Amino acid sequence: MVEKRAFISGNEAVAAGVCLARPHVIAAYPITPQTTVIERLAEMVEDESLRAEYLHVESEHSALSACIGASAVGARTFTATSSQGLLYMAECLHYASGGRFPVVMMNANRSVALPWNIYGDQRDSLSLLDCGWIQAYAEDAQESLDMILHAYAIAEHPDVLTPMMINLDGFVITHTYELVTIPAQSDADLFLAPFQTSNKMDFDSPMSLGFTAGPAYNQAFKQLQHLAMLSASRVIREVEEKFGQLFKRNYSGLLETLYCDDAEYIIVTLGSVAGTLRPVIERLRALGERVGLVRIRYMRPFPLEEIRKALAGAKAVGVLEKDISFGFEGTVYTNVNSALMSANLMRPRLRNFIGGLGGKNISAQDVEMMFSRLKSSDEGERVEFI
Amino acid sequence: MNFPERNRSFKPPKELKDYPVGTAFPAGHLVDTNAAWRSLRPVIDAIKCSNCLICWLLCPDGVIHRNSEGGLEIDYDFCKGCGICSKECRQKAIRMESEGE
Ligand code: SF4
Ligand code: SF4
Repeated sequence: MVEKRAFISGNEAVAAGVCLARPHVIAAYPITPQTTVIERLAEMVEDESLRAEYLHVESEHSALSACIGASAVGARTFTATSSQGLLYMAECLHYASGGRFPVVMMNANRSVALPWNIYGDQRDSLSLLDCGWIQAYAEDAQESLDMILHAYAIAEHPDVLTPMMINLDGFVITHTYELVTIPAQSDADLFLAPFQTSNKMDFDSPMSLGFTAGPAYNQAFKQLQHLAMLSASRVIREVEEKFGQLFKRNYSGLLETLYCDDAEYIIVTLGSVAGTLRPVIERLRALGERVGLVRIRYMRPFPLEEIRKALAGAKAVGVLEKDISFGFEGTVYTNVNSALMSANLMRPRLRNFIGGLGGKNISAQDVEMMFSRLKSSDEGERVEFI
Repeated sequence: MNFPERNRSFKPPKELKDYPVGTAFPAGHLVDTNAAWRSLRPVIDAIKCSNCLICWLLCPDGVIHRNSEGGLEIDYDFCKGCGICSKECRQKAIRMESEGE
């Protein structure tokens, strides 16, 4: 088998990535806009192009529980969900991270009811930032596929052993068709070794699993989770480097920067909307404007040093996100602001742009408007809905 | 008796490196007692007991054990004092005694 090029949707790219990772167990419950991922995987299992146990569960809570159970015997697992389904899993998210089970999940970012809405925003995953999962945000279908392969290598690394959630903007990535390179199985096998862990149920070395830890000992387990998540920053770079050598596609770790070396006005964002910003930034650059972009690829672990470095020379920074923590500000803004506040830097002016909620379009004109807001010294609203 | 022995030589973790990764640990490590809240203690009267084993079956914590002579013993390190054994015993052979003030 050789590498091939295919015109597929983001969801199909995820399914292709999962297939290459050879999971033992897939358990999922369908929800728009995730459905076609698990439909495609079901077809692969049916026609035996993927040899895996496919569990038809009755809910998302059960889907993740089943993955945890399978992971607990040393199986490589996959699940996918979105929005209400992710929230329904919330309890199990903590079980997976606390138990250090490296489940890999794709989440189709979608608005949370009410009002009912199936379109994309990031309130579902960002509201679960503290559940102990590595959280990555893809920009397009190719990155989605590659991130699935990265995810198993990162999550299953012995220094990490932490579950990972790959977020794709609902519809904008999940349902948009793009030309995607699908690696050959033999190369994927070179990149990704089979899952090995001592943290499992095993007849030869019996363990008690999922034990209790009282007040004297509980906190140490949480501290270990924190340290493992911090180690993930290094492991992510190592994994991407190995991937780049094998597949000639290079990724830039926890975040990606564009023109940040000399940019005075920078927009920080995550997910597919970076694709809207890029051509606007190129156009403004051609007019001599010193604008730039930071695209956060990982919200956890958070790119603390990288953010400080990228924004060190900026006069004004706008954080654009599809999320709002009601009564305060966007969660990404809170994180970026904290990274800057805790560094001994000249702090740029910071503004928070909230957009895209419930799938509301963010246009090129909106991007231009945001840059002109950044340029004006007038303080304006700290948090602005666009 | 077929209940797990307490591991009295177990050394609790002191530093982070002593902790296991995740919540998995070699089985059979009963390392602590868990009965401090018991206010009433069940006491079996061996003379009245007919050895019907109802209490043995119904104890929700499985802490009534059969000893090598076929008699019954309660593991007070883990008995929570719920009184179910006493309530269910048809011979009225289990008395609940106060644990003291
Ligand atoms: S009091 Fe409750 S826990 Fe104790 S031996 Fe009787 S039934 Fe078991
Ligand atoms: S229920 Fe009463 S009679 Fe039966 S075994 Fe227990 S103590 Fe003895």
